[in-house]
Amino acid sequence: MKKNTPLSKLYITFIMLLLYLPILVVVLFSFNSNTGRTASMIFTGFSTYWYKDLLNPITGFGTQLKCSLEVALWSVFIAAVLAILGAIGMVRRSMGKSLASKITYKAIGAGEQLAMLPMMIPELIMGISLMALFRLFKLPFGKTTLILSHITFCVPYILVTVKSRLVTLDPSLVEAARDLGASPFKAIITVTLPLVAPAILSGSLLAFAMSMDDFVISFFVSGAETTTLPLKIYSSVKVGVTPKVNAMCTLMLGFAFLVVGGGQLVSAYAERRKEMNN
Amino acid sequence: MNEKNDKKQLLAVPMGLWAAAFVGLSLLYIIGLSLLTKGEGFSYSPPITLDNYLRLREKQYISSLLLSLRLAFYTTAISALVGYPFAYFISKASPKRRVWLLVMLIAPFWTNALIRIYGWKILFYANGPINTLLKSLGIIEKPLKLLYTEGAVLVGMVYGMLPFFVLPVYSSVERIDWSMVEASRDLGASPLKAFITVTIPMTSAGVMAGLVLTFIPSVGLFFISDLLGGSNTMLWGNLIQNELLKSHDMPFAAALSVVLLAMTAIVLFIYRRQGGEAESMVY
Repeated sequence: MKKNTPLSKLYITFIMLLLYLPILVVVLFSFNSNTGRTASMIFTGFSTYWYKDLLNPITGFGTQLKCSLEVALWSVFIAAVLAILGAIGMVRRSMGKSLASKITYKAIGAGEQLAMLPMMIPELIMGISLMALFRLFKLPFGKTTLILSHITFCVPYILVTVKSRLVTLDPSLVEAARDLGASPFKAIITVTLPLVAPAILSGSLLAFAMSMDDFVISFFVSGAETTTLPLKIYSSVKVGVTPKVNAMCTLMLGFAFLVVGGGQLVSAYAERRKEMNN
Repeated sequence: MNEKNDKKQLLAVPMGLWAAAFVGLSLLYIIGLSLLTKGEGFSYSPPITLDNYLRLREKQYISSLLLSLRLAFYTTAISALVGYPFAYFISKASPKRRVWLLVMLIAPFWTNALIRIYGWKILFYANGPINTLLKSLGIIEKPLKLLYTEGAVLVGMVYGMLPFFVLPVYSSVERIDWSMVEASRDLGASPLKAFITVTIPMTSAGVMAGLVLTFIPSVGLFFISDLLGGSNTMLWGNLIQNELLKSHDMPFAAALSVVLLAMTAIVLFIYRRQGGEAESMVY
């Protein structure tokens, strides 16, 4: 396999620079000493004013962050339970001979297809149809509707990651546990779940990120008093004065580098140890 | 064995029921809704009518549809042209560097998409960094109008969608059996020919997933055109948002959504027919 040429390295660098250009602008303006109406347009000098403003308990984004975290944690937790059970149920199943079992088989298959849809159709459609559904059932818009919607779009991400790991598992492991007398339930708890734990973790992290960042669906299903962080960001961005948002995004980006980078280092380390053991 | 598997699949029932209620039912409901008539405020009522769909023949809706499709097409094409070599080169970097390139590619996902688009807005302002730079270099005299143009929206869309093309392509390039490429070289193919006839076909699954992942959201996006295009670029998604939040016309917004849903269904149908799997859509 050929290595990269200087030209291709230049290309990577160029695209990366373009990807980070707006982010650098965001970071730069978070340190803007301009506190007036043009704070997002004219850079006057360095200050940490906006970070102090962000951490202020009254003007800061504490309430919105709390709301986002609450919604994300509940949604990911419930979605993970649904999706893990779903993935275990879907892998290596077979259709029985009787009519009833054929119907069950098809119905469950259709259920999985539906569960995957939110990942594939535009978020806008999910947002509008969920909004219409909640209106139909007269559910008041607020945290409940947010969590119900977030569960719906979190399920496919966890389902796909867990299922693709389950497919690669050796089925004889579970069979061995069963032969040695474990109940089906015990076999799942003690054999299957530990083996797919990394997939559960990475799927849940992905779903968590999706939930924390979701704007489009939340936009349609949140109430007047429940504002998640992205919704707050949208209203600030619409008004046009955002250095506080910039400050928060700078912190988020730093956190993201820690988490994603740390995760990569851990998995690279695990890989190396596996290679050494082999 | 069969009976055991029969019972095990019941574990998927809660997920199936959830999806039936919140995905199946809500999509069916919105299709039904699109056939009703708007009443006072947010309300709607029978009679059942096709009026909402007939309204789509009006010029503004047709031009918005064409604009959305055109921008989605450009976005997908540019993402593919820029993203393919990018993904290819990343997968050829040394393992250590590759990890960091991937971290750099994924990390921005953890910050808000809106604020990244806002970064472009700052860049595009009349007295923003780009215009200031061009002026100080003496290339232009008057500031260029960058913001609120179709070009600005296109930049924002490509920017937002590029990683969705790069990631699936990257994972399919990673899985290439390089001995096949070497074999074609040994048999006398030029590097370019080997690339076109061997490498690219072997990554077709990733490319298709990338195209679908880029195209589908591009048609439905509304906040990028909202921020960078202003009222000049009325995309299909902006129309839906306006009908819902400004005109409170649920049935018509539903009809617009059904059109978007139908377009999505066509794209996904073609994707499936070509052997694409939902699984390759997650990296």
